[in-house]
Amino acid sequence: MNALSVKDLQVKINESHILHGVTFEVPTNKVTALLGRNGVGKSTTLRTIMGFYEGTGSIELNGKQILGMQTHKIVQSGVAFVPEDREVFATLTVKENLSLAARGKNNDEAYKVVYDLFPELDTRAAQQAGSLSGGQQQMVAIARSLLNKNEILLVDEPTKGLAPKLVTEVADVLAKVSQSTTMLLVEQNLALVKRVAQHVIVMDQGRVVYQGGPENLHDESWVHQMLGVSGGHK
Amino acid sequence: MDTFILIGITGIGLGALYFLVASGLSLIYGLMGVLNFAHGSFLTVGAFVGYWIATKLGPETSMVDFVIAMIVGGLAAGLFALLIEQHLNTRLYDRHIDQALVTVGVSLVVGAVLAGWFGNDLIMFPTPMWFLTAINVGGAMIPADRVVYIATAVLLLIGNWILLKYTRIGLIIRAGVENRNMVNALGINVRRAFSTVFFLGGFAAGVGGVLVSVYSNGVSPLIAGSYLIYGFIVVVIGGMGSVPGSFLAAMMIGVIRQFANYYVTGLGDFVVVILLAGVLLIRPQGLLGKVRA
Repeated sequence: MNALSVKDLQVKINESHILHGVTFEVPTNKVTALLGRNGVGKSTTLRTIMGFYEGTGSIELNGKQILGMQTHKIVQSGVAFVPEDREVFATLTVKENLSLAARGKNNDEAYKVVYDLFPELDTRAAQQAGSLSGGQQQMVAIARSLLNKNEILLVDEPTKGLAPKLVTEVADVLAKVSQSTTMLLVEQNLALVKRVAQHVIVMDQGRVVYQGGPENLHDESWVHQMLGVSGGHK
Repeated sequence: MDTFILIGITGIGLGALYFLVASGLSLIYGLMGVLNFAHGSFLTVGAFVGYWIATKLGPETSMVDFVIAMIVGGLAAGLFALLIEQHLNTRLYDRHIDQALVTVGVSLVVGAVLAGWFGNDLIMFPTPMWFLTAINVGGAMIPADRVVYIATAVLLLIGNWILLKYTRIGLIIRAGVENRNMVNALGINVRRAFSTVFFLGGFAAGVGGVLVSVYSNGVSPLIAGSYLIYGFIVVVIGGMGSVPGSFLAAMMIGVIRQFANYYVTGLGDFVVVILLAGVLLIRPQGLLGKVRA
């Protein structure tokens, strides 16, 4: 059973053809890693799923077409998004950032889950999000996405620019979250991907070039060939 | 000293009028990125509807009549603003040049229709007798109407603050001023906030239109002109999207302009332009504006 099914997705931005018929599936209740070199269209794929960019083809969420829908309706359908660079509201407090995201009538249980995962957010509730460290902002960004019942969580480079200690913390959280959520994860950190991913998609030049299990990530030459990086044995 | 107080308070009164125009402009630009040249027509519509109500309420306008005229004028302008937003702006989001051209067109059409109907001459706005009196402040005799301008602006500032700080729609507006794509990405239809902001901006401009008519000794299709220009200057100096910034800038400009004009007639506009240039050079985001990522 697939939570998300993308078929022949074509996207042009300002006359540049970015995605050339991207096709892949995201299995339900599994973490799918979307990998590839910089600039191959991974973030564009996520942002098109979110409705930020127009495209042709098909994007189905549990069988329902969401391509062409407005972003807020896509989110209300069950797609949550943790963007690259966090995009927390810097002038709003931590609590305001969270309450903006919470759409339910009674969110006490959701807040409890979030504060159990990130106790620091509870103690810093009145602090402006812009004054938090990069790692804390990432916690806010992830926490916002967990306050509602989601069908799928799209996470774009959650460890980008974080100190190694914080990378471990974020990885721990994603590992916990992944036990109960379908996730499509764009990430350059192969150690994290190996830890959480059960399904792997590799993109190159706006196309999917591999889709399958994560076992190849342990093959140095495959990783080097597909992703242009070393790290297959990490 | 009397003169100093008189010029200072009348300057604050003038600043209050600028603030009423600028507060809506600031939020509309901050949230939606729309340079709304139709804002002057919201002011004019509010002024004419307020005038119509005031004339209907009786041969002698009481303070209550005037407040009713002001509120109805504001509501009419708010609804007109909502009409423009729903039928024109919603079709043109993210097409900034087209939006600017359409809003210029709206202001021209409204001005032409009202000029055809009423003519361009000033029509006296009925006001309470109390407006013609003066209040003694530290020995300076302050025209009473200035107190009404200042009180209205302060009430609007407080109302804005309560709305933005303590309501969900206010939270959405504040977040949208920062990053409206991310507001959408949280499952919120940010366009509802656009409509709210247009209505509130139109309401403030409409209330301002009634008060500008009193200040200008009458209502006319041409009254909005200089106030719209000053409104834009206030928004730039105060910081796009910052209502407190607009309040601060409006008061500064009103007072500086009055003092400059007192010492050298006609110098006020020049000093304000120098102030604008200085702020743009030293702090381009405005006094209380945020640098956008």
